[in-house]
Amino acid sequence: MSIVYKRPEVFTDEYMKYCGGCGHGIINRLIGEIIEEENLTDKTVIIWPIGCSVYADKYFKTDSICALHGRAPAVGTGVKRSCEDDLVIVYQGDGDMVSEGMAEIMHAGIRGEKFTVIFVNNSIYGMTGGQMAPTTLMDQYSTTSPYGRKAENSGNPVNMAEIIAGLEGCYYSERVTVNSPANIRKTKAAIKKAFKYQMEGNGLSFVEILSPCPTGWKMKPVQAIKWIDDVVTEQFPLGVFKDCGQEEK
Amino acid sequence: MGDKVFMQGNEAFAEAAIRSGCKYFFGYPITPSSEIPEYYAKKAPSEGLVFVQAETEVSAFNMVAGVAATGKRGMTATSGPGYSLGCEAMSYMSAAGLPGVIVDCMRPGPADGEILGSQGDYNQLTKGGGHGDYNTIVLAPYSVQEYADFAPLSFELAEKYRNPVVVASDGTIAKMMENVELPERIEHPGRFDWACDGMNGRAQHNDITTCGDGPEQWERFNLDLQAKYNAIKENEQRWEEIDTEDADIIMVAFGSLARVCLDTIKIARENGMKVGLIRPITIWPFPEKAFEKYEGTDTKFFVTELNAGQMVDDVKLAVNDRKRVEFYGRLGGITPTPVELYEKLCELYK
Repeated sequence: MSIVYKRPEVFTDEYMKYCGGCGHGIINRLIGEIIEEENLTDKTVIIWPIGCSVYADKYFKTDSICALHGRAPAVGTGVKRSCEDDLVIVYQGDGDMVSEGMAEIMHAGIRGEKFTVIFVNNSIYGMTGGQMAPTTLMDQYSTTSPYGRKAENSGNPVNMAEIIAGLEGCYYSERVTVNSPANIRKTKAAIKKAFKYQMEGNGLSFVEILSPCPTGWKMKPVQAIKWIDDVVTEQFPLGVFKDCGQEEK
Repeated sequence: MGDKVFMQGNEAFAEAAIRSGCKYFFGYPITPSSEIPEYYAKKAPSEGLVFVQAETEVSAFNMVAGVAATGKRGMTATSGPGYSLGCEAMSYMSAAGLPGVIVDCMRPGPADGEILGSQGDYNQLTKGGGHGDYNTIVLAPYSVQEYADFAPLSFELAEKYRNPVVVASDGTIAKMMENVELPERIEHPGRFDWACDGMNGRAQHNDITTCGDGPEQWERFNLDLQAKYNAIKENEQRWEEIDTEDADIIMVAFGSLARVCLDTIKIARENGMKVGLIRPITIWPFPEKAFEKYEGTDTKFFVTELNAGQMVDDVKLAVNDRKRVEFYGRLGGITPTPVELYEKLCELYK
C-alpha cells in the first residue's frame, strides 16, 4: 500500500491551536509541504507575527523567530540581509501587517527586500477576539464595529496585494484563497512560485491569502467558506497583480 | 592596540565597531548620532558592510533584532527621541536573548528638546523604557578613547549574556575630537548554536520566541531572565574612583560630566577641600559595590548630572543614607564649568 497523503516531515508533533474552520492550518501545511518538496528545511528561517499564528514556531522543524506585533518585515530584513542564501519567510496576519506594521511592510516593499511575505487576510483580529482591522469589509460586524464598519469613521478596506504590486521593489504579488480544494491548489502554486523567485534572488514576493475565520465572523465553517466567494472576493479580488518572472518570459 | 588617530567620537566608535566585526548597521538619522550611520554608509562598499537606512527607529531596532537573531554582529545608533521608539524592541531583544548593540547619543528631552550634550535618558536606559521586567547593560563613556573601547566590549558583553547593550554617549562625547587608539581588527567568532541563521547542517532547529504559554511557563521564563540580570549585576559593575581614599566629599558623575568633575576636584583640593570622584562606567548595572565601604561613615556624596536628577536615586539607594547625598544638575543641554561645580560644593559644604 502506498502512502498518498501524510503529515509533512517538517512538522513537529505539536498540536495546532487553530480554531475549527480556520485557514491558518491549511496555509501552514502548504508551506510545510513546499519546504519539504523543495528540500529547503535546512535553509529556512520563518518569521512569525503576533496573532493566531504566534505559536506556529512550535509546529515547524525549521529555524523560527516570533517577531513583535507588525515588526516581522523589519526582523526579516535583518535576517535576510545577513543570511542571503536562506529561504526567509515573513508570515503575517492582517491586523499585524496592515495596522501596526504598515510602515514595516511598505518599506520592505520599497527597498525590494528579497524575502517572501505570506499575508493571511481574514479581515478581522482573530486572536484578540474579533475586532475591526483595516481589512474589515464595509458594514462588516466586529466587536469594535458593532454596527458594521462605516467609511466616515474608519475609512475603507485596504487591498494590500494591489498596493504592494504598485511598488517597484515588488517582484511578485498575487491574491489567492483557501476556501476550496481547487483554490488550495492555486494557493500552493502561488507560494511555490514565491519561494522559487526568492531563491533566484529576486525582490519582494508577496502572497495574500484570503482565509476564513468562522470564530471571528460568528459563522459556521461552511458559511465562512461561502462568504469568501460571495462577499470577501468582491472587495479583495483574486488574481496576479504583478509577476516580473512571467513578464520576462 | 591599533593605530592612533585624531578622530571625532562618533566616527571613532563606528570605525571601532567595524573593526570589531560589526558588519550590519540599521539606522535612522538623528542629531547628534548621524555620523555613525554616515560612516557606515560611506565604508559599506569598500569594507563589505550592510547599511540600511530604516523608515523609523522602530524598524531599525527590529532589524538589529533580526540580525542579532542570526548570531551576526549588528547595531543601530540614535538619540533620546529615537530610543523612545526603540524601547519595545529593547524589551523584546532582552527577553529573546538577542545580542544587539545600540548607541544612544543623549540629548536633553523631554519631547523634541534640544540637541546638545545631556544625560536626560538615564532613567529610560537604566530602568527599562519598554514594558516588563527586563534590563539592558548600559556603558557610559567619558572620552573618545573610552567610546571606541566600548565598541568591542559591547559586542562581547552582548554575546556573553545574550542581551542588548547600550553605549550611552552624549552630544559632547559624540561630537568631540580627541586622540584615540583604535582597536585591532577581529573576526566575528562564527556561528552560535542558538542562532536562527537557517540550520545549514546544524542538527537541531532553533526557535526564538517571547510569546508566553500560560502563567506558569511565563513565570519560569521570567525567573530565567532574572537569573541573567542578576549574573550581570554580580559580574559587570564597572566604575572608576579618583582621589577617594582620603575624601570627605565624593562627587558622583558619569559620562562627559565626569570629565568636568576631574577639574573640579583639582580646584577643590587646591583650596583645601578633600574631594574625590566615583565615576560609574556601567550605569546599568549601577556600581553599587563602589559605595559599600562608605556604609556607616560620614562621607558625603555630591551627585551631579546633566538632567533634573535621575542617577541620584540610585546613589541614594546605594549609600542607604539619603541625608549624606546632595544633587546639582543643569538642564537644556548646558554643561556646568568646573568652577561652577566647585562653587556649588562650597555652598553646600563650607
